[in-house]
Amino acid sequence: MPRVVVDVMLKPEILDPQGQAVANALPRLGVTDVSSVRIGRRIEIEFSGQPDLDRAREIADKLLANPVIEDFSIRLADVPDGNP
Amino acid sequence: MTARIGVVTFPGSLDDRDAARAVRIAGAEAVPLWHDDPDLRGVDAVVLPGGFSYGDYLRCGAIARFAPVMETIVTGARDGLPVLGICNGFQILCEAHLLPGALTRNRHLHFRNRDQWLRMESADTAWTNAFQPGQELLVPVKNGEGCYVADERTLDELVATGRVVASYLRGNPNGSQRDIAAISNESGNVVGMMPHPEHAVEALTGPSLDGLGFFTSILKHLAGAPA
Repeated sequence: MPRVVVDVMLKPEILDPQGQAVANALPRLGVTDVSSVRIGRRIEIEFSGQPDLDRAREIADKLLANPVIEDFSIRLADVPDGNP
Repeated sequence: MTARIGVVTFPGSLDDRDAARAVRIAGAEAVPLWHDDPDLRGVDAVVLPGGFSYGDYLRCGAIARFAPVMETIVTGARDGLPVLGICNGFQILCEAHLLPGALTRNRHLHFRNRDQWLRMESADTAWTNAFQPGQELLVPVKNGEGCYVADERTLDELVATGRVVASYLRGNPNGSQRDIAAISNESGNVVGMMPHPEHAVEALTGPSLDGLGFFTSILKHLAGAPA
């Protein structure tokens, strides 16, 4: 059964101190050519029947993302048989 | 008649008992309210206390917003019920869209726990009428996600309409835009604040008694408000 994947990201104008902290740590790994890191959240939803994108959008808009500070995108992802 | 102030307990609330104590010290009756019960038990005002409701999962306050008790509080607040959200309570009020903006991770990523100076910017709310504008208070702050953010237009509007209720003074503990520590809704019955006035009501446990004014304000408001 396909899953609905919701990606939630802070809006571009909202400061992401966690992303900055990660970016600032990269030179310690010897990585010096990264200019920005931003951290978001990926949420996977499984419906008991067919995936309902409209319902997933409603869930994302009301609960998974805070539209004041975050944007979200929704897509279907196939789950190979046998995977949990 | 003694005013009845409800204090909500969510799973993960920490400061509900201190808030209830502050209500009693101010001279009102503290009425415990439960997250899973939409009945507000006829209270005259509601305090949403600090803590980590629902473990701060997803975003602080995001799940508490959908608690049965919140449905009644949101409806009541739109009809003028006074509501004070402290710390996690402020986060819940923003998530419930009773207040604009959002509380995000502190800019420096550190949890800040200290006594904090505030400047009162507005005495025109149900929860701050016992203060003078410009008055300085010392109350504890303790938060990891207390950085207030909103778009520039909202911030300008909050400032222009006197809805910034208190500002951080002598150091901003979390990077909040415009040093905002507390805001109110348009009609002044709903106030959200990151600092903890309920921890500054007794000399034994607080850095001052400055927090008591929020709780005496609501009594003054209720005494003067039409029935």
